[in-house]
Amino acid sequence: MHLWDKFRLRLRRQRLRARAIRKGRALEPVVMRAEGRDAARVLLASTVRNERLRLPYFLSYYRKMGIGHFLFIDNASDDGTGEYLAAQPDVSLWRARGSYAASRFGMDWINAILSRHCHDRWVLTVDADEFLVYPFCDSRPIDALTDWLDAGGARSFPAMLLDMYPKGPVGAQTYHEGQNPFEIASHFDSGNYVLSRNPLYGNLWIQGGPRARVFFPDRPQQAPSLNKIPLVKWLRRGAYVHSTHMALPRKLNMTYDTTGGERIAGCLLHAKFLSIFPEKVAEELTRAEHFADSQEYRAYAEAHPERTDLWCRWSESYLNWRQLEILGLMSSGSWA
Amino acid sequence: MVGFILLCHTHLDRAAQVARHWAEGGAPVVIHLDARVSEAEAGTFRGALADLPKVRFAPRHRGEWGTFGLVSATLAAAEVMLRDERGVGHVFLASGTCLPLRPLAELRAYLAERQDTDFIESVAVGDTPWIVGGLAMERFTLRFPFAWRRQRALFDGYVRLQRRLGMRRHWPDGIVPHLGSQWWCLTRATLGAIVDEPRRAAFDRYFSRVWIPDESYFQTLARRHSTRIDSRSLTLSKFDLHGRPHSFYDDHLQLLRRSDCFVARKIWPRAERLYQTFLGPPAALPRSEPQPAKIDRLFAKAAERQAYGRPGLVMQSRFPARDGDIGRTAAPYSLLHGFDDLFEGFDAWLTKAAGARVHGHLFAPDRADFAGSEPVFNGALPSSAAFRDYNPRAFLTNLLWATRGDRQIFQFGPDDQDRILPFIAGDAQAQVSVISGAWAVRLFHLGAEFADVRAEAARLQRAEAAQLAIWRGPDVKARVRIWTVAGFLEHPVENLQGILDEIVPRAPRRLTEAPRLRSLAGFGQFLQELKNQGMQPVLTGDFPVDRDGGGSERPRARPYLVR
Repeated sequence: MHLWDKFRLRLRRQRLRARAIRKGRALEPVVMRAEGRDAARVLLASTVRNERLRLPYFLSYYRKMGIGHFLFIDNASDDGTGEYLAAQPDVSLWRARGSYAASRFGMDWINAILSRHCHDRWVLTVDADEFLVYPFCDSRPIDALTDWLDAGGARSFPAMLLDMYPKGPVGAQTYHEGQNPFEIASHFDSGNYVLSRNPLYGNLWIQGGPRARVFFPDRPQQAPSLNKIPLVKWLRRGAYVHSTHMALPRKLNMTYDTTGGERIAGCLLHAKFLSIFPEKVAEELTRAEHFADSQEYRAYAEAHPERTDLWCRWSESYLNWRQLEILGLMSSGSWA
Repeated sequence: MVGFILLCHTHLDRAAQVARHWAEGGAPVVIHLDARVSEAEAGTFRGALADLPKVRFAPRHRGEWGTFGLVSATLAAAEVMLRDERGVGHVFLASGTCLPLRPLAELRAYLAERQDTDFIESVAVGDTPWIVGGLAMERFTLRFPFAWRRQRALFDGYVRLQRRLGMRRHWPDGIVPHLGSQWWCLTRATLGAIVDEPRRAAFDRYFSRVWIPDESYFQTLARRHSTRIDSRSLTLSKFDLHGRPHSFYDDHLQLLRRSDCFVARKIWPRAERLYQTFLGPPAALPRSEPQPAKIDRLFAKAAERQAYGRPGLVMQSRFPARDGDIGRTAAPYSLLHGFDDLFEGFDAWLTKAAGARVHGHLFAPDRADFAGSEPVFNGALPSSAAFRDYNPRAFLTNLLWATRGDRQIFQFGPDDQDRILPFIAGDAQAQVSVISGAWAVRLFHLGAEFADVRAEAARLQRAEAAQLAIWRGPDVKARVRIWTVAGFLEHPVENLQGILDEIVPRAPRRLTEAPRLRSLAGFGQFLQELKNQGMQPVLTGDFPVDRDGGGSERPRARPYLVR
């Protein structure tokens, strides 16, 4: 890596830090539970907007996993999300006033919160429709994982997005509050992922899955990115760059082996394709806040989201993390 | 009787639990608390064990990893044990993250039968590749004044400097360097001899500059004093390839119960179920048949995954940067070039003859022609040409990964997207069979305007020549065979049989039915015509114009039958 690139990245990181500090001023504390926050071994940070329906299951899923405290940023919800979160005993809540798009889709806010409250601590940054699966997650809490990562000196843990979808049209089965979304969206694509390395940031760029297969078969370069680094032992000077797809310093992105061995990695099950999906598409399009993603959302709208069937005869039905490991989507690395 | 030395630094609550377990069982316990533990914490810890007369505390040292401090700590605790507990026959060294797997009574009985035996892993340095990556003999011949964890740059720099200058030091007379697990169980006699060694000051001075002396001090000195060494540890501990110790979790419970070791290390401090089970009443622990190999296999598998991974898998945490000879793809596969131009219904015939998955042209310009013209294939791989050409390597590795155990064969031709070919050529898993010039047979049967045919022939020949150059390149690792049409047709059955034998190597089938060759009546004439038009078909080989020119002789236009 050239000195010049190092310099560029450093500059980029400092710009992101400056943005985080500036945009972070738009965050207005609603409920602060400092004691619980400081005691938690692993934290979770998330920006939400009108996620009242999905949050109950989300919270119970991650509480069971051993997340000690939740840091939520509520971006102008009007469905009771804010009130619901404020009433939870293990949640600290901020209200974001500024524009979602102008804060780089919430990442400036997240960077601000992480650096304020998660310095040198493990924090999982996910959306309300992302559910982490890591090796042994059915028998070991998440702090077992972070202790293991600590023992090896690792500061980040990769988990690619795995788009989950139902068999049949996306709108056919209605999702109910508190329901496990993967009872409905139970299928995934097991082996059509395309990887390349980003030489500047050092991360792997992953595309593929049902979205590439159905919405972007003829322009694969525009298919959404699936690589994610959601779990990081945060440093105050760090920053997420694009969503949680990549982070700085770039060492955080280098979570893969290049000599043939396997390192530890998980998956983020993505509960995007539920009955609420068509509504979300319409909402995002009218808001036009997802500038970078608007192409993606237009593609969904053209495909008539409520009628879209992502299932094919090679779709796999989800069982557990071991299945994902056998299929080669994640790995326990040297953890046993 | 057995006494325990317990080295404690973190997770003191768990250490206290274990110390209590042993002390209440009647075994003396000497605890060394690391000097880095704060006074407040140390006070709480001592308070928690104050009711146990069998628990003693040794003078405190700073036991930084990799330094002599850990040896000093052990020696200090050993002195207390030997001085205050006259009845102790064996001393067992454990840490605060250890957990007994078998009842104390069993350990006592075991040691009582082996009163003169020292249980200490002790391996001569030169003889065994004991250490994974890093320093072996140099631990004993270089000096290590810097802490590896805190002063890494100084540590590495000083090692490099000593290597460059050829600096060496010699170990004192009377010892031979040995290495081994730092968790041992020594007899009173051996441990006493080490502690009271007349030359101890000299040895300590030497070992204080050895790298990770807790893996060599007792292991070396036991060889000097012991009468009988059983070179193994009674403590189960596992390390990964980078030397980081594995932890045991609740889900290891059954494996640990079936281990025949007496103590395990390290236990994850929050593995509540392990602590409850193994420190609880022994009645709750019905004996199960020991199967120590099971736990070894589990960790050996993890080490293999960490070192080599699964060949042919490309994923978020395995992204081989350089292509090795092996492991580009997950399974052997075959590329057949030109066969379907030469034979009619070749795919169907091969599917039957080889019992394998036979695709059409996977790299055809318009779409990936999967077997059975499927729009999506194993792994939900789409047939879209744009998707495939976006990253052809990923396309092929994905296909071969998703169909592991099911032999893949596909057709190729000069019209296909050939960006993938260098990758296949460098892949030892690939078997490539090429019939050059077979496109001419297809053109011949097309019966188009000759001017068009001529242009098309020139184009295909150029494309195929470029592809042949790849197959004949210097770094080809694939098994490549190339025939011209004419050459192939000299012994078609034998050639097909050879290809089949490679595809189904262990059950060589005799070819009973050959595929139907396209009619070649007039083909020689056709080639001559091309030549006459100035387009020399060099890749087809020499075809006798006169013989099939007459049209009466069609010796190979029927299926071949081998009886």
